[in-house]
Amino acid sequence: MSVGTGRDDGDLLQVQDVIMRFGGIVALAGVSFNVGRRQICGLIGPNGSGKTTLFNCISGIYRHGSGDIRFEGRSLSGLARHRMAGLGIGRTFQNVALFNSMTVRDNMLVGAHHLAHSGFVAAMLRLPATRREEAAMQATLDELLDLLDLRAVAERQVSSLPFGTRKRVELARALIGRPKLLLLDEPAGGLNHTEVEELERLLRQIRAHFDLSILLVEHHMNLVMRVSDSVVALEFGLKIADGTPEAVQREPEVIRAYLGETEAVHAA
Amino acid sequence: MGRTLLRHWPLLFLAFAAVVPTVALSNYQLFQLTMVAVYAVAILGLNIVTGFNGQISLGHGAFYAVGAYVTAIMMDKWGVPYWATLPVSALICACTGFLVGLPALRLGGLYLALTTFALAVATPQLLKYKLFEGWTGGVQGIVIDKPDPPFGLPINADQWLYLFSLAVAAVMFLLAANLVRGRIGRAMMAVRDQPTAAEAMGIDLAMFKTRTFAVSAMLTGIAGSLGAIAIQFVAPDSFAVFLSITLFVGLVVGGVASIGGTIFGAFFIEFVPNLAEQVSKAAPGAVYGIILIAFLFLMPGGLAGALRKLLRLA
Repeated sequence: MSVGTGRDDGDLLQVQDVIMRFGGIVALAGVSFNVGRRQICGLIGPNGSGKTTLFNCISGIYRHGSGDIRFEGRSLSGLARHRMAGLGIGRTFQNVALFNSMTVRDNMLVGAHHLAHSGFVAAMLRLPATRREEAAMQATLDELLDLLDLRAVAERQVSSLPFGTRKRVELARALIGRPKLLLLDEPAGGLNHTEVEELERLLRQIRAHFDLSILLVEHHMNLVMRVSDSVVALEFGLKIADGTPEAVQREPEVIRAYLGETEAVHAA
Repeated sequence: MGRTLLRHWPLLFLAFAAVVPTVALSNYQLFQLTMVAVYAVAILGLNIVTGFNGQISLGHGAFYAVGAYVTAIMMDKWGVPYWATLPVSALICACTGFLVGLPALRLGGLYLALTTFALAVATPQLLKYKLFEGWTGGVQGIVIDKPDPPFGLPINADQWLYLFSLAVAAVMFLLAANLVRGRIGRAMMAVRDQPTAAEAMGIDLAMFKTRTFAVSAMLTGIAGSLGAIAIQFVAPDSFAVFLSITLFVGLVVGGVASIGGTIFGAFFIEFVPNLAEQVSKAAPGAVYGIILIAFLFLMPGGLAGALRKLLRLA
Protein backbone atom coordinates (compact mmCIF):
# COMPACT_ATOMS: atom_id res chain seq x y z
CA MET A 1 0.00 0.00 0.00
CA SER A 2 2.89 2.35 0.67
CA VAL A 3 4.90 1.48 -2.41
CA GLY A 4 2.88 1.97 -5.55
CA THR A 5 5.26 0.25 -7.93
CA GLY A 6 3.41 -2.99 -8.34
CA ARG A 7 5.79 -4.85 -6.01
CA ASP A 8 4.41 -7.27 -3.49
CA ASP A 9 4.07 -5.28 -0.28
CA GLY A 10 4.46 -8.40 1.78
CA ASP A 11 8.05 -8.84 0.65
CA LEU A 12 10.49 -8.97 3.53
CA LEU A 13 13.37 -7.23 1.81
CA GLN A 14 13.00 -4.67 -0.95
CA VAL A 15 16.07 -3.37 -2.71
CA GLN A 16 15.07 -0.35 -4.80
CA ASP A 17 17.34 1.30 -7.40
CA VAL A 18 20.41 1.13 -5.20
CA ILE A 19 23.38 3.07 -6.54
CA MET A 20 26.80 2.83 -4.93
CA ARG A 21 29.90 4.69 -6.10
CA PHE A 22 33.47 4.42 -4.91
CA GLY A 23 35.11 7.60 -6.20
CA GLY A 24 34.58 7.46 -9.94
CA ILE A 25 33.73 3.76 -10.02
CA VAL A 26 30.10 2.76 -10.08
CA ALA A 27 29.86 -0.49 -8.14
CA LEU A 28 26.07 -0.67 -8.21
CA ALA A 29 24.21 1.12 -10.97
CA GLY A 30 20.63 1.01 -9.75
CA VAL A 31 19.83 -2.52 -8.63
CA SER A 32 16.32 -3.58 -7.58
CA PHE A 33 14.94 -6.88 -6.38
CA ASN A 34 12.81 -8.33 -3.61
CA VAL A 35 13.14 -11.21 -1.23
CA GLY A 36 9.82 -12.67 -0.10
CA ARG A 37 9.05 -14.22 3.25
CA ARG A 38 10.37 -17.75 3.73
CA GLN A 39 12.22 -17.45 0.44
CA ILE A 40 15.78 -18.38 -0.29
CA CYS A 41 17.24 -15.88 -2.73
CA GLY A 42 20.59 -16.49 -4.38
CA LEU A 43 22.71 -13.53 -5.43
CA ILE A 44 25.21 -14.49 -8.13
CA GLY A 45 27.59 -12.80 -10.50
CA PRO A 46 31.20 -12.99 -11.64
CA ASN A 47 33.96 -11.40 -9.54
CA GLY A 48 33.61 -7.63 -9.40
CA SER A 49 29.94 -7.73 -10.37
CA GLY A 50 28.91 -5.91 -7.21
CA LYS A 51 27.31 -8.70 -5.21
CA THR A 52 29.54 -8.24 -2.18
CA THR A 53 29.02 -4.49 -2.40
CA LEU A 54 25.28 -5.02 -2.45
CA PHE A 55 25.54 -7.43 0.46
CA ASN A 56 27.49 -4.83 2.44
CA CYS A 57 24.91 -2.17 1.62
CA ILE A 58 22.13 -4.37 2.96
CA SER A 59 24.05 -5.22 6.12
CA GLY A 60 24.95 -1.56 6.68
CA ILE A 61 28.71 -1.81 6.21
CA TYR A 62 28.46 0.57 3.24
CA ARG A 63 26.06 3.48 2.92
CA HIS A 64 24.54 3.44 -0.55
CA GLY A 65 24.31 6.70 -2.48
CA SER A 66 20.76 6.73 -3.78
CA GLY A 67 17.90 4.29 -3.85
CA ASP A 68 16.45 2.57 -0.85
CA ILE A 69 16.67 -0.73 1.00
CA ARG A 70 13.56 -1.61 2.94
CA PHE A 71 13.09 -4.33 5.49
CA GLU A 72 9.49 -5.11 6.41
CA GLY A 73 8.57 -1.87 4.71
CA ARG A 74 10.99 0.15 6.81
CA SER A 75 13.96 1.95 5.28
CA LEU A 76 17.37 0.81 6.43
CA SER A 77 19.07 3.97 5.17
CA GLY A 78 21.11 5.66 7.88
CA LEU A 79 20.29 2.97 10.42
CA ALA A 80 23.13 2.22 12.88
CA ARG A 81 24.71 -1.19 12.22
CA HIS A 82 24.08 -2.47 15.71
CA ARG A 83 20.33 -1.94 15.22
CA MET A 84 20.17 -4.54 12.41
CA ALA A 85 20.12 -7.54 14.73
CA GLY A 86 17.23 -6.10 16.72
CA LEU A 87 15.18 -5.61 13.54
CA GLY A 88 15.67 -9.26 12.66
CA ILE A 89 18.60 -9.27 10.25
CA GLY A 90 21.29 -11.82 11.02
CA ARG A 91 24.43 -12.48 9.02
CA THR A 92 27.54 -14.54 8.55
CA PHE A 93 30.86 -13.34 7.16
CA GLN A 94 32.82 -14.35 4.09
CA ASN A 95 35.97 -15.30 6.00
CA VAL A 96 34.27 -16.47 9.20
CA ALA A 97 34.33 -13.76 11.86
CA LEU A 98 34.04 -15.71 15.10
CA PHE A 99 35.16 -14.61 18.55
CA ASN A 100 38.28 -16.73 18.52
CA SER A 101 39.22 -16.78 22.19
CA MET A 102 35.76 -17.96 23.20
CA THR A 103 34.02 -21.33 23.24
CA VAL A 104 31.39 -22.42 20.74
CA ARG A 105 28.72 -21.96 23.39
CA ASP A 106 29.83 -18.43 24.29
CA ASN A 107 30.10 -17.46 20.63
CA MET A 108 26.51 -18.52 20.15
CA LEU A 109 25.35 -16.71 23.27
CA VAL A 110 26.79 -13.45 21.93
CA GLY A 111 24.49 -13.97 18.96
CA ALA A 112 21.59 -13.67 21.39
CA HIS A 113 22.95 -10.45 22.90
CA HIS A 114 20.23 -8.22 21.48
CA LEU A 115 17.45 -10.43 22.87
CA ALA A 116 18.39 -9.68 26.49
CA HIS A 117 18.52 -6.33 28.21
CA SER A 118 20.14 -6.45 31.62
CA GLY A 119 23.09 -4.08 31.83
CA PHE A 120 26.39 -3.68 33.62
CA VAL A 121 25.06 -3.07 37.12
CA ALA A 122 22.56 -5.93 36.95
CA ALA A 123 25.33 -8.23 35.70
CA MET A 124 27.75 -7.27 38.48
CA LEU A 125 25.10 -7.87 41.12
CA ARG A 126 23.85 -10.96 39.30
CA LEU A 127 20.25 -9.88 39.82
CA PRO A 128 17.50 -12.51 39.43
CA ALA A 129 16.39 -10.97 36.11
CA THR A 130 19.91 -11.47 34.74
CA ARG A 131 19.95 -15.10 35.81
CA ARG A 132 16.51 -15.67 34.27
CA GLU A 133 17.73 -14.23 30.97
CA GLU A 134 20.75 -16.54 30.98
CA ALA A 135 18.58 -19.55 31.73
CA ALA A 136 16.01 -18.66 29.08
CA MET A 137 18.73 -18.68 26.42
CA GLN A 138 19.83 -22.21 27.25
CA ALA A 139 16.82 -23.92 25.61
CA THR A 140 17.38 -22.26 22.24
CA LEU A 141 21.08 -22.90 22.57
CA ASP A 142 20.59 -26.62 23.16
CA GLU A 143 18.22 -26.91 20.23
CA LEU A 144 20.74 -25.26 17.91
CA LEU A 145 23.65 -27.33 19.19
CA ASP A 146 21.73 -30.43 18.10
CA LEU A 147 20.43 -29.04 14.82
CA LEU A 148 23.89 -27.95 13.68
CA ASP A 149 25.66 -30.95 15.12
CA LEU A 150 27.78 -28.88 17.49
CA ARG A 151 26.95 -30.61 20.76
CA ALA A 152 30.28 -32.42 20.96
CA VAL A 153 32.34 -29.27 20.52
CA ALA A 154 30.17 -26.89 22.58
CA GLU A 155 32.87 -26.24 25.17
CA ARG A 156 35.77 -26.09 22.73
CA GLN A 157 37.49 -22.85 21.85
CA VAL A 158 36.44 -21.99 18.30
CA SER A 159 39.95 -21.24 17.05
CA SER A 160 40.82 -24.92 17.55
CA LEU A 161 38.04 -26.18 15.26
CA PRO A 162 38.22 -27.11 11.57
CA PHE A 163 36.99 -24.57 9.03
CA GLY A 164 33.76 -26.36 8.19
CA THR A 165 32.79 -26.59 11.84
CA ARG A 166 33.55 -22.93 12.40
CA LYS A 167 31.22 -22.08 9.55
CA ARG A 168 28.45 -24.01 11.30
CA VAL A 169 29.21 -22.17 14.54
CA GLU A 170 28.81 -18.90 12.70
CA LEU A 171 25.48 -20.06 11.32
CA ALA A 172 24.36 -21.10 14.80
CA ARG A 173 25.44 -17.75 16.20
CA ALA A 174 23.31 -15.95 13.62
CA LEU A 175 20.31 -18.24 14.16
CA ILE A 176 20.14 -17.91 17.93
CA GLY A 177 19.31 -14.24 17.43
CA ARG A 178 16.04 -15.34 15.75
CA PRO A 179 16.50 -13.40 12.50
CA LYS A 180 13.70 -13.00 9.98
CA LEU A 181 16.30 -12.51 7.28
CA LEU A 182 19.59 -14.32 7.22
CA LEU A 183 22.38 -12.86 5.10
CA LEU A 184 24.93 -15.50 4.16
CA ASP A 185 28.19 -14.38 2.56
CA GLU A 186 29.63 -17.32 0.61
CA PRO A 187 28.63 -20.05 3.07
CA ALA A 188 30.05 -22.74 0.78
CA GLY A 189 33.42 -21.01 0.34
CA GLY A 190 36.25 -23.30 1.45
CA LEU A 191 33.98 -26.29 2.02
CA ASN A 192 34.58 -29.68 0.39
CA HIS A 193 32.05 -31.53 -1.72
CA THR A 194 30.40 -33.44 1.13
CA GLU A 195 30.24 -30.35 3.28
CA VAL A 196 28.51 -28.42 0.51
CA GLU A 197 25.86 -31.15 0.20
CA GLU A 198 25.45 -31.05 3.95
CA LEU A 199 25.06 -27.25 3.77
CA GLU A 200 22.33 -27.54 1.17
CA ARG A 201 20.33 -29.86 3.40
CA LEU A 202 20.97 -27.58 6.35
CA LEU A 203 19.75 -24.43 4.59
CA ARG A 204 16.44 -26.09 3.71
CA GLN A 205 16.10 -27.36 7.23
CA ILE A 206 16.81 -23.93 8.71
CA ARG A 207 14.27 -22.23 6.50
CA ALA A 208 11.58 -24.71 7.49
CA HIS A 209 12.49 -24.79 11.15
CA PHE A 210 13.00 -21.09 11.83
CA ASP A 211 10.53 -19.66 9.37
CA LEU A 212 12.96 -17.18 7.85
CA SER A 213 14.23 -15.84 4.54
CA ILE A 214 17.77 -16.27 3.34
CA LEU A 215 19.79 -14.06 1.03
CA LEU A 216 22.70 -16.06 -0.24
CA VAL A 217 25.77 -14.60 -1.93
CA GLU A 218 27.53 -17.57 -3.40
CA HIS A 219 29.99 -18.64 -6.08
CA HIS A 220 29.05 -22.29 -5.86
CA MET A 221 26.59 -22.41 -8.75
CA ASN A 222 25.27 -25.90 -8.07
CA LEU A 223 24.33 -25.01 -4.52
CA VAL A 224 22.65 -21.75 -5.49
CA MET A 225 20.62 -23.33 -8.28
CA ARG A 226 19.49 -26.25 -6.14
CA VAL A 227 18.60 -24.42 -2.97
CA SER A 228 17.23 -21.04 -4.11
CA ASP A 229 13.60 -20.13 -4.81
CA SER A 230 14.77 -17.15 -6.82
CA VAL A 231 18.11 -16.06 -8.21
CA VAL A 232 19.36 -12.55 -8.92
CA ALA A 233 22.34 -12.24 -11.26
CA LEU A 234 24.55 -9.16 -11.34
CA GLU A 235 27.21 -8.01 -13.77
CA PHE A 236 29.13 -4.74 -13.64
CA GLY A 237 26.75 -3.39 -11.02
CA LEU A 238 23.63 -4.09 -13.06
CA LYS A 239 20.99 -6.74 -12.63
CA ILE A 240 21.08 -9.00 -15.70
CA ALA A 241 18.58 -11.61 -14.57
CA ASP A 242 16.04 -12.22 -11.82
CA GLY A 243 13.74 -15.21 -11.54
CA THR A 244 13.57 -18.91 -10.78
CA PRO A 245 16.86 -20.80 -10.96
CA GLU A 246 15.73 -22.51 -14.18
CA ALA A 247 14.82 -19.23 -15.86
CA VAL A 248 18.00 -17.49 -14.80
CA GLN A 249 20.12 -20.39 -16.03
CA ARG A 250 18.54 -20.08 -19.48
CA GLU A 251 19.01 -16.32 -19.62
CA PRO A 252 21.48 -15.55 -22.48
CA GLU A 253 22.97 -12.63 -20.56
CA VAL A 254 23.84 -14.93 -17.68
CA ILE A 255 25.35 -17.56 -19.93
CA ARG A 256 27.40 -14.88 -21.67
CA ALA A 257 28.56 -13.36 -18.36
CA TYR A 258 29.68 -16.72 -17.05
CA LEU A 259 30.95 -18.45 -20.16
CA GLY A 260 32.08 -15.55 -22.30
CA GLU A 261 30.92 -14.34 -25.72
CA THR A 262 31.92 -17.20 -28.05
CA GLU A 263 30.68 -20.00 -25.89
CA ALA A 264 27.41 -18.15 -25.53
CA VAL A 265 26.98 -18.23 -29.27
CA HIS A 266 27.63 -21.97 -29.28
CA ALA A 267 25.26 -22.48 -26.40
CA ALA A 268 22.55 -20.57 -28.24
CA MET B 1 36.26 -33.86 46.56
CA GLY B 2 39.00 -32.36 44.38
CA ARG B 3 36.38 -30.83 42.15
CA THR B 4 34.54 -29.19 45.05
CA LEU B 5 37.84 -27.81 46.29
CA LEU B 6 38.57 -26.42 42.85
CA ARG B 7 35.19 -24.75 42.61
CA HIS B 8 35.43 -23.11 46.02
CA TRP B 9 39.05 -22.04 45.84
CA PRO B 10 38.25 -18.31 45.94
CA LEU B 11 36.44 -18.76 49.27
CA LEU B 12 39.21 -20.91 50.71
CA PHE B 13 41.81 -18.46 49.49
CA LEU B 14 39.89 -15.60 51.09
CA ALA B 15 39.51 -17.37 54.44
CA PHE B 16 43.21 -18.21 54.45
CA ALA B 17 44.19 -14.67 53.43
CA ALA B 18 42.02 -13.20 56.18
CA VAL B 19 43.18 -15.35 59.08
CA VAL B 20 46.78 -16.39 58.61
CA PRO B 21 48.54 -13.08 57.84
CA THR B 22 46.53 -11.19 60.45
CA VAL B 23 47.77 -13.57 63.12
CA ALA B 24 51.26 -14.31 61.84
CA LEU B 25 52.67 -11.18 60.22
CA SER B 26 54.23 -7.97 61.53
CA ASN B 27 52.46 -4.66 61.06
CA TYR B 28 54.74 -3.66 58.21
CA GLN B 29 54.24 -6.95 56.42
CA LEU B 30 50.51 -6.56 56.88
CA PHE B 31 50.74 -3.11 55.35
CA GLN B 32 52.47 -4.63 52.34
CA LEU B 33 49.69 -7.18 51.97
CA THR B 34 47.14 -4.39 52.30
CA MET B 35 48.82 -2.73 49.34
CA VAL B 36 48.68 -6.02 47.44
CA ALA B 37 44.90 -6.05 47.94
CA VAL B 38 44.76 -2.42 46.80
CA TYR B 39 46.86 -3.04 43.69
CA ALA B 40 44.88 -6.18 42.92
CA VAL B 41 41.68 -4.11 42.69
CA ALA B 42 43.47 -1.45 40.62
CA ILE B 43 44.78 -4.05 38.17
CA LEU B 44 41.37 -5.70 38.14
CA GLY B 45 39.91 -2.44 36.84
CA LEU B 46 42.57 -2.21 34.17
CA ASN B 47 42.01 -5.86 33.27
CA ILE B 48 38.32 -5.24 32.59
CA VAL B 49 39.08 -2.67 29.92
CA THR B 50 42.42 -3.91 28.55
CA GLY B 51 42.22 -7.64 29.17
CA PHE B 52 38.58 -8.35 28.52
CA ASN B 53 37.62 -5.50 26.22
CA GLY B 54 40.95 -5.14 24.38
CA GLN B 55 41.27 -1.38 24.86
CA ILE B 56 44.81 -0.51 25.92
CA SER B 57 44.93 2.07 28.69
CA LEU B 58 48.27 3.45 29.84
CA GLY B 59 46.60 5.98 32.09
CA HIS B 60 44.73 4.10 34.76
CA GLY B 61 46.90 5.75 37.41
CA ALA B 62 44.79 8.85 36.76
CA PHE B 63 41.63 7.09 37.98
CA TYR B 64 43.55 5.69 40.92
CA ALA B 65 44.53 9.29 41.75
CA VAL B 66 40.95 10.54 41.42
CA GLY B 67 39.75 7.86 43.84
CA ALA B 68 42.54 8.62 46.29
CA TYR B 69 41.85 12.35 46.24
CA VAL B 70 38.07 11.98 46.52
CA THR B 71 38.55 9.95 49.71
CA ALA B 72 41.27 12.21 51.11
CA ILE B 73 39.33 15.43 50.44
CA MET B 74 36.09 14.04 51.89
CA MET B 75 37.86 12.84 55.04
CA ASP B 76 39.99 15.96 55.40
CA LYS B 77 37.45 18.69 54.56
CA TRP B 78 34.19 17.23 55.76
CA GLY B 79 35.22 14.63 58.26
CA VAL B 80 33.38 11.88 56.34
CA PRO B 81 34.19 8.41 57.74
CA TYR B 82 36.64 6.51 55.54
CA TRP B 83 34.22 3.74 54.59
CA ALA B 84 31.53 6.19 53.52
CA THR B 85 33.89 7.75 50.97
CA LEU B 86 34.08 4.54 48.93
CA PRO B 87 30.64 4.66 47.25
CA VAL B 88 31.12 8.35 46.43
CA SER B 89 34.57 7.64 45.03
CA ALA B 90 33.12 4.77 42.96
CA LEU B 91 30.48 7.04 41.48
CA ILE B 92 32.85 9.91 40.72
CA CYS B 93 35.45 7.62 39.16
CA ALA B 94 32.82 5.87 37.04
CA CYS B 95 31.60 9.25 35.77
CA THR B 96 35.17 10.41 35.12
CA GLY B 97 35.87 7.19 33.24
CA PHE B 98 32.71 7.62 31.19
CA LEU B 99 33.56 11.21 30.25
CA VAL B 100 37.17 10.38 29.40
CA GLY B 101 36.10 7.28 27.50
CA LEU B 102 33.44 9.01 25.45
CA PRO B 103 35.88 10.80 23.10
CA ALA B 104 38.95 8.63 23.73
CA LEU B 105 37.39 5.29 22.80
CA ARG B 106 36.31 6.50 19.39
CA LEU B 107 40.01 6.65 18.59
CA GLY B 108 40.72 3.08 19.61
CA GLY B 109 43.89 1.03 19.42
CA LEU B 110 47.22 2.79 19.78
CA TYR B 111 45.58 6.22 19.78
CA LEU B 112 43.65 5.27 22.88
CA ALA B 113 46.88 4.11 24.49
CA LEU B 114 48.47 7.49 23.79
CA THR B 115 45.43 9.49 24.90
CA THR B 116 45.29 7.69 28.23
CA PHE B 117 49.06 8.04 28.54
CA ALA B 118 48.66 11.80 28.11
CA LEU B 119 46.05 11.72 30.86
CA ALA B 120 48.52 9.99 33.17
CA VAL B 121 51.22 12.56 32.35
CA ALA B 122 48.87 15.45 33.07
CA THR B 123 47.49 14.08 36.35
CA PRO B 124 50.21 15.19 38.83
CA GLN B 125 50.24 18.66 37.29
CA LEU B 126 46.47 18.97 37.52
CA LEU B 127 46.65 17.96 41.16
CA LYS B 128 49.22 20.69 41.82
CA TYR B 129 47.19 23.31 39.97
CA LYS B 130 46.76 26.54 41.98
CA LEU B 131 43.02 26.78 41.44
CA PHE B 132 42.37 23.43 43.16
CA GLU B 133 44.96 23.99 45.88
CA GLY B 134 42.33 24.76 48.50
CA TRP B 135 41.00 21.23 47.98
CA THR B 136 44.03 19.20 47.01
CA GLY B 137 46.61 20.82 49.26
CA GLY B 138 48.81 21.48 46.21
CA VAL B 139 52.29 20.00 46.30
CA GLN B 140 51.95 19.24 50.01
CA GLY B 141 49.06 16.85 49.47
CA ILE B 142 46.68 15.81 52.23
CA VAL B 143 47.37 13.84 55.38
CA ILE B 144 44.47 11.80 56.71
CA ASP B 145 43.89 9.84 59.91
CA LYS B 146 44.40 6.14 60.27
CA PRO B 147 41.06 4.44 60.86
CA ASP B 148 40.59 2.66 64.21
CA PRO B 149 39.15 -0.84 64.36
CA PRO B 150 35.38 -0.62 64.91
CA PHE B 151 33.12 -2.29 67.52
CA GLY B 152 36.02 -2.51 69.98
CA LEU B 153 37.55 -5.44 68.07
CA PRO B 154 40.68 -6.75 69.81
CA ILE B 155 43.00 -5.99 66.85
CA ASN B 156 45.29 -3.09 66.05
CA ALA B 157 44.76 -0.47 63.36
CA ASP B 158 47.03 -2.19 60.82
CA GLN B 159 45.24 -5.49 61.22
CA TRP B 160 41.90 -3.78 60.80
CA LEU B 161 43.09 -1.89 57.74
CA TYR B 162 44.24 -5.13 56.20
CA LEU B 163 40.95 -6.93 56.88
CA PHE B 164 38.93 -3.97 55.65
CA SER B 165 40.92 -3.72 52.39
CA LEU B 166 40.72 -7.46 51.91
CA ALA B 167 36.94 -7.41 52.37
CA VAL B 168 36.47 -4.55 49.90
CA ALA B 169 38.79 -6.27 47.43
CA ALA B 170 36.82 -9.51 47.78
CA VAL B 171 33.56 -7.72 46.99
CA MET B 172 35.14 -6.03 43.96
CA PHE B 173 36.46 -9.35 42.68
CA LEU B 174 33.03 -10.91 43.10
CA LEU B 175 31.39 -8.06 41.16
CA ALA B 176 33.99 -8.26 38.41
CA ALA B 177 33.74 -12.05 38.16
CA ASN B 178 29.95 -11.79 37.86
CA LEU B 179 30.35 -9.18 35.19
CA VAL B 180 32.76 -11.07 32.97
CA ARG B 181 31.09 -14.45 33.13
CA GLY B 182 27.67 -13.26 31.93
CA ARG B 183 26.19 -11.57 28.90
CA ILE B 184 28.13 -8.33 29.37
CA GLY B 185 31.44 -10.14 29.78
CA ARG B 186 30.86 -12.18 26.63
CA ALA B 187 30.04 -9.00 24.77
CA MET B 188 33.27 -7.38 26.07
CA MET B 189 35.35 -10.23 24.70
CA ALA B 190 33.35 -10.29 21.47
CA VAL B 191 34.13 -6.62 20.92
CA ARG B 192 37.79 -7.36 21.59
CA ASP B 193 37.99 -10.41 19.31
CA GLN B 194 35.93 -9.28 16.34
CA PRO B 195 34.30 -5.83 16.52
CA THR B 196 32.54 -6.03 13.15
CA ALA B 197 30.81 -9.26 14.08
CA ALA B 198 30.01 -7.97 17.57
CA GLU B 199 28.27 -5.01 15.98
CA ALA B 200 26.26 -7.32 13.73
CA MET B 201 25.12 -9.12 16.92
CA GLY B 202 23.55 -5.87 18.11
CA ILE B 203 26.33 -4.44 20.28
CA ASP B 204 26.71 -0.66 20.05
CA LEU B 205 30.51 -0.53 20.00
CA ALA B 206 31.08 3.08 21.10
CA MET B 207 28.54 3.01 23.92
CA PHE B 208 29.59 -0.43 25.08
CA LYS B 209 33.28 0.43 25.21
CA THR B 210 32.57 3.65 27.06
CA ARG B 211 30.53 1.83 29.70
CA THR B 212 33.25 -0.76 30.08
CA PHE B 213 35.74 2.03 30.53
CA ALA B 214 33.55 3.56 33.23
CA VAL B 215 33.32 0.30 35.20
CA SER B 216 37.05 -0.15 34.84
CA ALA B 217 37.73 3.39 36.10
CA MET B 218 35.36 2.77 38.98
CA LEU B 219 37.26 -0.31 40.16
CA THR B 220 40.66 1.34 39.84
CA GLY B 221 39.28 4.44 41.59
CA ILE B 222 38.06 2.38 44.54
CA ALA B 223 41.56 0.94 44.73
CA GLY B 224 42.86 4.51 44.88
CA SER B 225 40.54 5.26 47.79
CA LEU B 226 41.70 2.15 49.64
CA GLY B 227 45.31 3.07 48.91
CA ALA B 228 44.83 6.57 50.33
CA ILE B 229 43.31 5.15 53.51
CA ALA B 230 46.13 2.61 53.83
CA ILE B 231 48.94 5.13 53.33
CA GLN B 232 47.08 7.98 55.12
CA PHE B 233 48.56 10.43 52.69
CA VAL B 234 48.02 11.61 49.14
CA ALA B 235 50.33 13.87 47.14
CA PRO B 236 50.57 14.62 43.41
CA ASP B 237 53.89 12.92 42.90
CA SER B 238 52.60 9.55 44.14
CA PHE B 239 50.43 9.47 41.02
CA ALA B 240 52.99 10.06 38.29
CA VAL B 241 53.05 8.21 34.96
CA PHE B 242 55.02 5.41 36.55
CA LEU B 243 51.98 4.30 38.55
CA SER B 244 50.00 3.70 35.35
CA ILE B 245 52.86 1.76 33.82
CA THR B 246 53.26 -0.27 37.00
CA LEU B 247 49.59 -1.26 36.89
CA PHE B 248 50.05 -2.26 33.27
CA VAL B 249 53.04 -4.42 34.21
CA GLY B 250 50.96 -6.09 36.92
CA LEU B 251 48.24 -6.79 34.38
CA VAL B 252 50.56 -8.46 31.88
CA VAL B 253 52.54 -10.45 34.46
CA GLY B 254 49.38 -11.72 36.16
CA GLY B 255 47.70 -12.68 32.91
CA VAL B 256 45.61 -10.60 30.55
CA ALA B 257 41.87 -11.36 30.82
CA SER B 258 42.30 -13.45 33.95
CA ILE B 259 40.51 -12.44 37.14
CA GLY B 260 42.66 -14.65 39.38
CA GLY B 261 45.92 -13.64 37.68
CA THR B 262 45.28 -10.08 38.78
CA ILE B 263 46.13 -11.06 42.37
CA PHE B 264 49.48 -12.42 41.29
CA GLY B 265 50.17 -9.26 39.29
CA ALA B 266 49.55 -7.26 42.45
CA PHE B 267 52.05 -9.38 44.42
CA PHE B 268 54.55 -8.84 41.65
CA ILE B 269 54.35 -5.04 41.58
CA GLU B 270 54.37 -4.81 45.38
CA PHE B 271 57.29 -7.11 46.10
CA VAL B 272 59.54 -7.38 43.05
CA PRO B 273 60.78 -3.74 43.21
CA ASN B 274 61.86 -4.38 46.84
CA LEU B 275 63.45 -7.63 45.84
CA ALA B 276 65.35 -5.90 43.04
CA GLU B 277 66.62 -3.35 45.53
CA GLN B 278 67.91 -6.11 47.79
CA VAL B 279 69.74 -7.74 44.91
CA SER B 280 71.45 -4.56 43.78
CA LYS B 281 71.34 -1.23 45.55
CA ALA B 282 73.13 0.39 42.60
CA ALA B 283 70.84 -0.66 39.75
CA PRO B 284 67.50 -1.93 41.07
CA GLY B 285 65.85 -0.81 37.82
CA ALA B 286 68.04 -3.13 35.78
CA VAL B 287 67.36 -6.08 38.07
CA TYR B 288 63.64 -5.34 37.94
CA GLY B 289 63.84 -5.27 34.16
CA ILE B 290 65.64 -8.59 34.03
CA ILE B 291 63.16 -10.26 36.39
CA LEU B 292 60.31 -8.89 34.29
CA ILE B 293 61.78 -10.14 31.03
CA ALA B 294 62.50 -13.54 32.59
CA PHE B 295 58.89 -13.76 33.71
CA LEU B 296 57.47 -12.92 30.33
CA PHE B 297 59.87 -15.35 28.70
CA LEU B 298 58.94 -18.22 31.01
CA MET B 299 55.24 -17.39 31.21
CA PRO B 300 54.15 -15.64 28.03
CA GLY B 301 50.50 -15.84 29.08
CA GLY B 302 51.20 -14.44 32.52
CA LEU B 303 50.94 -16.62 35.61
CA ALA B 304 47.30 -17.34 34.80
CA GLY B 305 48.30 -18.61 31.37
CA ALA B 306 51.02 -20.82 32.83
CA LEU B 307 48.63 -22.32 35.40
CA ARG B 308 46.04 -22.98 32.73
CA LYS B 309 48.67 -24.84 30.71
CA LEU B 310 49.68 -26.87 33.76
CA LEU B 311 46.08 -27.81 34.50
CA ARG B 312 45.61 -28.96 30.93
CA LEU B 313 48.68 -31.20 31.23
CA ALA B 314 47.56 -32.65 34.57
